[in-house]
Amino acid sequence: MLHTVNKSPFERNSVETCLEHSKDGSAILLIEDGVYAATAGTRFSDMVKAAMGSKTVYALKPDVDARGVQDKLMDGIQLVDYAGFVDLVEQHDRVQAWL
Amino acid sequence: MSEEMMEEGGGVVKKFLYLNRKAPIGTVYALESLEVVLIGAAFEQDVSMIFMDDGVYQIKKGQDTKGVEMKNFSATYRALEMYDVEKLYVSKESMDERGLTADDLVVDVEVLDAAQLADLMDDQDVILSF
Repeated sequence: MLHTVNKSPFERNSVETCLEHSKDGSAILLIEDGVYAATAGTRFSDMVKAAMGSKTVYALKPDVDARGVQDKLMDGIQLVDYAGFVDLVEQHDRVQAWL
Repeated sequence: MSEEMMEEGGGVVKKFLYLNRKAPIGTVYALESLEVVLIGAAFEQDVSMIFMDDGVYQIKKGQDTKGVEMKNFSATYRALEMYDVEKLYVSKESMDERGLTADDLVVDVEVLDAAQLADLMDDQDVILSF
């Protein structure tokens, strides 16, 4: 399953709830304000880092760049462009959007 | 209420505080706030801005919105001093929990803790929240 999260982890609990309710092997794609969850040294970094042990965490590069956090990304975050987003959707049988 | 001062035109100068708590792009609050600040600056008021919670991301360096085809207004914060808007404050707690330091920001700011921000807010005549 591919999960997408588009809310800042500081604003809503969408990232946290997504990570708690997704199975090992899932793909998590952070988009829009969700990309703040991909940055290092935050209150949520340890949680995301732990999730990366069993899930793959992606971030949408145009959204990362727009927010100026390209220099803050955690190790292990996979960057994708819009075409990569489409590929992820195509590779997974279902998409769950956490709003 | 602070002691009232007179501006050059004879009007009253009040202390205006703009409180910014939203991330820059996901919602329209940040841009709306900036526009109101710039309009308000024309009235020669005593303006301060606070960036706290996700609002600190509004002034993060390195924003490049080409890929999302949206307006990049982050450079406009650097023009604020030309409008005599020079009192910029950020929340220490908000910066810490986001792994940010003053070096990550596009403008010079004063970093204040929650108690100091409470004092600052208490000292204002008008607070506009975005």
